[in-house]
Amino acid sequence: MTMIKVDHLAVSYGQGDSLVRVVNDVSFEVSEGETFGLVGESGCGKSTVLGALAGRNRQWTGSIRIDGETIGQKRSISQLAKQQMVFQDPFGSIHPRHTIGRTLLEPLEIHGKDNRQERVEKALKDVGLPLNFRYRFPHQLSGGQRQRVAIARALILEPRILLLDEPTSALDVSIQAEILNLLKDLRDREKLTYILVSHDLAVVAHLCDRVAIMQNGGFVEIATKAQLLAGTVAHPYTRVLMDGSRGYVASKRPVGVAAS
Amino acid sequence: MTQDPGTPMTKSGYFADLHNWLINEDFTSTKQARLHKAYVAWLSLLANPLAFAGFAVIIALIVIAALAPALTVYDPYSQDLTMALKAPSASHWFGTDEFGRDVYTRVVYGARTTLYISILVTVIVAPIGFVIGASAGYLGGWIDVVLMRITDIFLSFPSLVLALAFSAALGPGIENAVIAIALTIWPPIARLARAETLTFRHADFVVAAELQGARMGRILLRHIVPLCAPSIIVRLTLNMSSIILTAAGLGFLGLGAQPPMAEWGAMAAAGRKYLLDAWWLTTIPGLAILVVSLAFNLFGDGLRDILDPRNA
Amino acid sequence: MLKPPENILTVQNMSVEFPTLSGVVTAVRNVSFSVGREKVGIIGESGSGKSTVGRSIMRLQPPQAIVKADRLQFEDINLLTAPEEQMLSVRGRRISMILQDPKYSLNPVMTVGEQISETVILHERVSRKEARQRTLAMLERVNIRDPQRVFDLYPHEVSGGMGQRIMISMMLIASPSLIIADEPTSALDVTVRQQVLSILDDLVTERNLGLIFISHDLNLVRSFCDRVIIMYAGRVVETIAAADLDDAQHPYTRGLLNALPSLDHPRDRLEVLRRDPAWLEN
Repeated sequence: MTMIKVDHLAVSYGQGDSLVRVVNDVSFEVSEGETFGLVGESGCGKSTVLGALAGRNRQWTGSIRIDGETIGQKRSISQLAKQQMVFQDPFGSIHPRHTIGRTLLEPLEIHGKDNRQERVEKALKDVGLPLNFRYRFPHQLSGGQRQRVAIARALILEPRILLLDEPTSALDVSIQAEILNLLKDLRDREKLTYILVSHDLAVVAHLCDRVAIMQNGGFVEIATKAQLLAGTVAHPYTRVLMDGSRGYVASKRPVGVAAS
Repeated sequence: MTQDPGTPMTKSGYFADLHNWLINEDFTSTKQARLHKAYVAWLSLLANPLAFAGFAVIIALIVIAALAPALTVYDPYSQDLTMALKAPSASHWFGTDEFGRDVYTRVVYGARTTLYISILVTVIVAPIGFVIGASAGYLGGWIDVVLMRITDIFLSFPSLVLALAFSAALGPGIENAVIAIALTIWPPIARLARAETLTFRHADFVVAAELQGARMGRILLRHIVPLCAPSIIVRLTLNMSSIILTAAGLGFLGLGAQPPMAEWGAMAAAGRKYLLDAWWLTTIPGLAILVVSLAFNLFGDGLRDILDPRNA
Repeated sequence: MLKPPENILTVQNMSVEFPTLSGVVTAVRNVSFSVGREKVGIIGESGSGKSTVGRSIMRLQPPQAIVKADRLQFEDINLLTAPEEQMLSVRGRRISMILQDPKYSLNPVMTVGEQISETVILHERVSRKEARQRTLAMLERVNIRDPQRVFDLYPHEVSGGMGQRIMISMMLIASPSLIIADEPTSALDVTVRQQVLSILDDLVTERNLGLIFISHDLNLVRSFCDRVIIMYAGRVVETIAAADLDDAQHPYTRGLLNALPSLDHPRDRLEVLRRDPAWLEN
């Protein structure tokens, strides 16, 4: 079943003379339970696509259907709960003066949910944080723990879709592994659909079933995970990004001295 | 948990337990988290002697104002012309004025007037300044332009002149002085609230709340207020001295508190006719104004360090 | 592993301590290594002390920090005892530092050309005209196509990759013998990173310099450097030739390698690093 259907999406910023079109005619479909990746370098428009899906960027044309519903520029409260976003910077995405419990209660109050205390406890348990963390302030938590709180806040409204904007790029490798494992477990358990934005093809290939490679506001190709792992991608730009995730490739002249 | 070596560890029994409970960051309730924050703020206030001195003076001012009748033996208003212009002595610590009233008693009662004016002005100004500034910063566009130009108009007058004009128009009296001072104090608060709101307007946690459907009122009250509050509180504390000075100035010019009310500025003004013969009439209220304004400034300065969100 | 023939820098038992309210925090503990004419990578997670090592070598640690070492020798200079005046001539001239974001390292109100020429004039006492010539040549050397135009640009007018190339040219124009690069490419995109690294690579090889490359990116250090020093909680846990990294012995290094998602060795679940308190015993 199709969870997200995007047709001819174009997103722009500004108006009049300063109008900049950031995303140009992008179409894709994501089915329920699938993880779809958006990869590219800074300024390619990958976060803008995510922002349009989340309801953050309102200046778009084309059509977006989420869970069978056509989405307009303005969303109803139930449409907003369908998808939730996890941000890149775990230090900036949680209110510094709210306790973790307050942060998690906030969406429940907005949406008028009942059994708030139980829901907060369940959300903390789901992301593997101890229950007494609800009384803590963000500055008492490490980056990885904060990112878990951000995921808990996104999950507490029981969305069908998580929009992940570089969720691990600010974290250390070992913490990144924990968060990626957590995201995988949550997806399998809650039947979530993910859209993952990243600049790191290795991270995307680890989590995603299909990946759109973006450049200058458009897709250059949509590759499957199998294609990425087998290296049978069609577009040379995808290959450049793949090499980039492997590290440095000495250009032109051969290096044979490294292992002396 | 690590202990702060600067805090008294040797205290035994209940106080040590309380200290440990307060300093411990493994909170088990929201109440403990709040008390912890207050306790840490208290410890950092203790670590800053100047700010603490300011704090102590302010507390003393409040106590004096509250207990004024108990601290004095004379009536601040009853005149006794036989006792006029007596120099400071054991029975009249700060001497008497031209109507034979005890200056010490009037200074003590004057603390009430000063507190009354500064608290009333603050209570009026803080919400107005915040609502105007935060709305302008959050909504942007033409609302921002209109609100900020209105603010600019108020800002472009020298505050004492503006206060003078208002109290002249409204008529003398302490309530009118409060309104006049409030009208001159709110624009900087609004500017500050707008600037603070702009820094957090596009923070990820605000966007997250918006994407979850939070409306403007909720975002301003729940998300922006806790972040703006420290700098606005600091600014208001630092403003206290200018409120006190403006109030004294208005009183001095005869536009604020009206006789026979005990008000420091009015007392200093009344005393200037006898400046050469009875120095205490102007000096004592003047010193009171100086000490209290200085205390508010020192405390505000220390508060800035304590409340700075970057320390959190 | 072969010992490099000539050591530019020798660090023996260096510790860096920060006195704080709750006692002394040891950011770096008993670190020893040496750098020859090679590319040495220092890798570690945030808080491992890797950047503190780089700064302490330059004597740029915060003033309250206490640096102790048995030996801290850079060529003929004892960095532990050298007076501050001597350090002024060492910094920038003989040891250069490249930081993560050129936007913060360049003076925003001077054109990039002026800033580079300034370095030349300061260190070599040449005329303004000659300094300009040298600067243009250096800008060309870091593959900037139109050096005349770039010379007159202000830092905010250049892109991240161009900015980092300008930093490299500024750091190399005084012909230092050691470069400390602290996360020089973390703010750059993949394709730009390749260009910047290959310029750095060429210059290090061509001028026979020593390079300390501080990074959190295992793949990058592995493919770029000759040797890798792995730091954990202020300690060096392992030093290994980059090519042999897959045979690393220390469980922390192995844990880091296994925690990394990889296109070449896909895994269903990433291994989670288990931190062993025994690693902290030294």
